[in-house]
Amino acid sequence: MSERIIEVKHLSKQFGRFTAVEDVSFDVYRGDVFGFLGPNGAGKSTTIRAMLSLITPTSGEINLFGKSLQANRSHILAKIGCIVEKPDFYKYLSAEKNLEIFARISGSAVSKSKIHEMIEFVGLKGREKDKVGHFSHGMKQRLGIAQTILHDPDLIILDEPNTGLDPQGSIDIRNLILKLKNEQNKTILLSSHILSEIEIIANRMVIIAKGNSIVQGNVAELLNSQDLIVYFEVDQPEKASHIISEDLSADIIGDIEKNIIQLHIAHQDIPRINSLLTENGLNVYGIESKRKLEDYFLKLVGKDVLEKHV
Amino acid sequence: MFWKSTYNEFIKIAAKPRSYIGLAAITALVSVILFAMKVDGLTYISFITASFEQTLSFEGNVLNGNLMAFIILQTLIIQIPLLVALVTGDLVSGEADMGSLRMLATKPISRTQLLLSKFLAGNAYTLLILVWLGVMALGFGRLLFGDGDMMILKSDGLVILKSDDVMWRFLSGFAIAFLALVTIANLSVTLSCFTDNSIGPIVTTMAIIILFTIIGTLDVPVFDPVRPLLFTTHMAAWRSFFDDPVPIRDIVNSIVVLVVHNVILLSIALFKFNKKDILS
Repeated sequence: MSERIIEVKHLSKQFGRFTAVEDVSFDVYRGDVFGFLGPNGAGKSTTIRAMLSLITPTSGEINLFGKSLQANRSHILAKIGCIVEKPDFYKYLSAEKNLEIFARISGSAVSKSKIHEMIEFVGLKGREKDKVGHFSHGMKQRLGIAQTILHDPDLIILDEPNTGLDPQGSIDIRNLILKLKNEQNKTILLSSHILSEIEIIANRMVIIAKGNSIVQGNVAELLNSQDLIVYFEVDQPEKASHIISEDLSADIIGDIEKNIIQLHIAHQDIPRINSLLTENGLNVYGIESKRKLEDYFLKLVGKDVLEKHV
Repeated sequence: MFWKSTYNEFIKIAAKPRSYIGLAAITALVSVILFAMKVDGLTYISFITASFEQTLSFEGNVLNGNLMAFIILQTLIIQIPLLVALVTGDLVSGEADMGSLRMLATKPISRTQLLLSKFLAGNAYTLLILVWLGVMALGFGRLLFGDGDMMILKSDGLVILKSDDVMWRFLSGFAIAFLALVTIANLSVTLSCFTDNSIGPIVTTMAIIILFTIIGTLDVPVFDPVRPLLFTTHMAAWRSFFDDPVPIRDIVNSIVVLVVHNVILLSIALFKFNKKDILS
């Protein structure tokens, strides 16, 4: 296994009587695009703040690049670029001046040409002299990304980078993240509640809810370990439903709509169910299987939590 | 990293519109006073010398730039703290309110260095305000009213200072006034570490100044032990340089009290800022 970049061990944080994070543990390895998932209020931002020394953990241990954050704060932060919640710049300064301010204390020598290069990279060329107070949320988000990668960090932490972005903006950010991973082999921790984004981008993930880490691991392996949602399009859905309900290996989920029945079954059971239906004289017009992070997330976190917060 | 951060703070102060309120206010206030004195200054002089007219006669340029500067300083020294706190009270809490403090605190600069750079920038701004006040009051005052011996009315008599004996007193007076204003700047920065509200520290600083000033001026024996320890008591220490002889002992005492205040405020601010959970 490659080098461990982030190691969070039994992290807890209390604000007075309120426990924001309790016993959260996870590891991120070099080159990972690591999805940090959880509904709003799950403790994602609190965990990220602790990893950036914005807050002091009540208990637990955080090691970054193999060193204790507490003992090596400045050395570690010099290797990190981050956006926590949203990028908040000085509204009365231009985009360029803002980047200069953050570059100056980034721990690396960042040239003016590098600043202009980054402004161009995030698609803000021509707006560098404009005051940030006149920027849209999407533009600030792009400037935030520029600020994050300005000093060429090894680890990039992005907390909800898609918040407030239009679909094109989200796609641009996604492509940017993939570019950073593929071309520069950056390690990226990406917190989000937009599950489809994580599913596309991340190779590993952790899911936390109510301050606790529930599961972590390889995204594909975790999803493969779960039953699939399979849609069968048949000519007699009621009869199909009756036949399947007698078969204990499949759960019928959802209502029958437009001759489609929705099943929760293991991958290897699809041919058997298909045979079962055809042997009983039903015509099967189509089979579609979906293995979605959203379903997996729902199963782990609970549908009520998701509906309430996401 | 400390100097880079301090340079950042200078850029931010220079770019903030509110930083110019103080300079504009001083320009306006001093201009109004100088204009009023130019128009009606002799009436004012007659009023303050009325009780001596029977025994003394005044000759030469009595209404001169030196006297103008003294009158202006005496009048405005109460308002200047507000102008200073308007900027310095915002240095930490304003950034917390805006969210930029969160971004700064994720950079590889220690919180101690970050806060000290804010203190230093705040103190430099205070110096700028005071220098501008000096330029306006003494510079423009002398330009408009000329040089001359300085006549100061005290509660126990009249002090007359030769014109060539005045400048060092002004410079020393400005130095100790700077120390007093820095105490206010540092008080507001310290208060700024306790909240994420941009206005709170500014209002609280003014409230403390008003409270301490009232305690200092109330002639009630119960406050006697406290009065010498209040920084507001020593805000007028600059005037001591215009006594003859100069009460060195009192001035040293004021300097010690103000320096101790600053050390305490700085220690509290550093402790609080280093422990602060940045949640904004």
